[in-house]
Amino acid sequence: MKSLFLALIGMAVAPVVGGLVSGLDRILTARCQSRKGPPLIQPFYDAAKLWGKEVTATNPWQAFCAVMYLVAAAASVGLLCAGSDLLLIFFVQAVGAVFLVMGAYAVPSPYSQIGAQRELLQMVAYEPLIILTIVGIRLMTGSFRVDAVFALDQPLLFKLPLLFLVLGYALTIKLRKSPFDISACHHAHQEIVRGVYTEFSGPYLALIEIAHWYEVILVLGLVSLFWATSIAGMILLVAATYAAEILVDNVSSRMTWRWMLGSVWLSGLVLSGINLVWLYAR
Amino acid sequence: MPVSVIKDFIEKSRLKSPWLVHFDCGSCNGCDIEVLACLTPLYDVERFGILNIGNPKHADMLLVTGTVNHRNKKVLKNLYDQMPHPKVVLALGACGTSGGVFREAYNVVGGVDKVIPVDVYVPGCAVKPEAIIDGVVTALGRLAEKRAEASASAKE
Repeated sequence: MKSLFLALIGMAVAPVVGGLVSGLDRILTARCQSRKGPPLIQPFYDAAKLWGKEVTATNPWQAFCAVMYLVAAAASVGLLCAGSDLLLIFFVQAVGAVFLVMGAYAVPSPYSQIGAQRELLQMVAYEPLIILTIVGIRLMTGSFRVDAVFALDQPLLFKLPLLFLVLGYALTIKLRKSPFDISACHHAHQEIVRGVYTEFSGPYLALIEIAHWYEVILVLGLVSLFWATSIAGMILLVAATYAAEILVDNVSSRMTWRWMLGSVWLSGLVLSGINLVWLYAR
Repeated sequence: MPVSVIKDFIEKSRLKSPWLVHFDCGSCNGCDIEVLACLTPLYDVERFGILNIGNPKHADMLLVTGTVNHRNKKVLKNLYDQMPHPKVVLALGACGTSGGVFREAYNVVGGVDKVIPVDVYVPGCAVKPEAIIDGVVTALGRLAEKRAEASASAKE
């Protein structure tokens, strides 16, 4: 009962916090480029405006996929807040990501199709890394559950420093930041129109925006697990990680998918391999 | 929360988040450069929530530069039709508003308003970034008028 309650609170609060984080992201990005940037609540204006626009969908599949993406993203945040199983959270999140890809594949637009293919490649790149991070947490706590992490008396970061770096790699892809914003960028600029988002419009795009806020919160939640022993440590770690993501986003250019797969798998698998062997041999 | 609060917020958001799509109908690129200049740190139109989104399906405003000719009039019409309502159109520069010095040419149809309805005309050769921003603000007023007309006709 208590976990259900926590899940509902998390699902209610997450879009508000996620939207504010996105607004802060846009302001900080603008400041990095010596611009002033939009107001903090700009993402809410954007989503509300999109919600009020004409409803157009190329086919019912597209609309269904947008809704399912939001449902899965919200459910994964709810499960995280309820202290559920990390693997379950990860797979629910993956279902949402697959629905986004299917929605983009459901229309014949070449931009949408290329965006969907690239989104799949991104998933291929980051999913093994997140799984390996979860394996590392399992080796430390003896359980896949989130509440087991909170029962530890020492932050995970000290035992899993390399896996934290690997998670940072995976999260840069998940947050659609440069150099990995190849399927769709979270900013307006784009090489293939809007990639995987191209054919979603009006209220369905608003649903996808809200789903992205949920995903931002899920990502930051995963980061906060690495310093779960104190609230201040969690906030500090999340803030430092997100600031680093914004910095990386602004100082790097978009790379190709081949470079992404090569670099992410090579560095990610080597770093997580070293960390896991060290944990096992200790 | 009452429904009217949400409705009011949506109406306010329409004016706070104009996303643009910019189409070059055959301009000399003078006006296009000025459109892009609006995004630079000097003018920074993102302050007002304005984004150059580059996708008609996401956009609220269509900015058209250059004369319309027989080749690209179909493309212009197609882009306009792909934009979901409510939407407004800005014709930029001497060529976009009237055809400019090319209006007598055999291949030129004329200004943007020969093909699609134009809400705001922004003159200049080339248009200044200040004039473009002023045009976008005027277009936002036009957008609010259109919404008011639509809701009035819906009540009748």
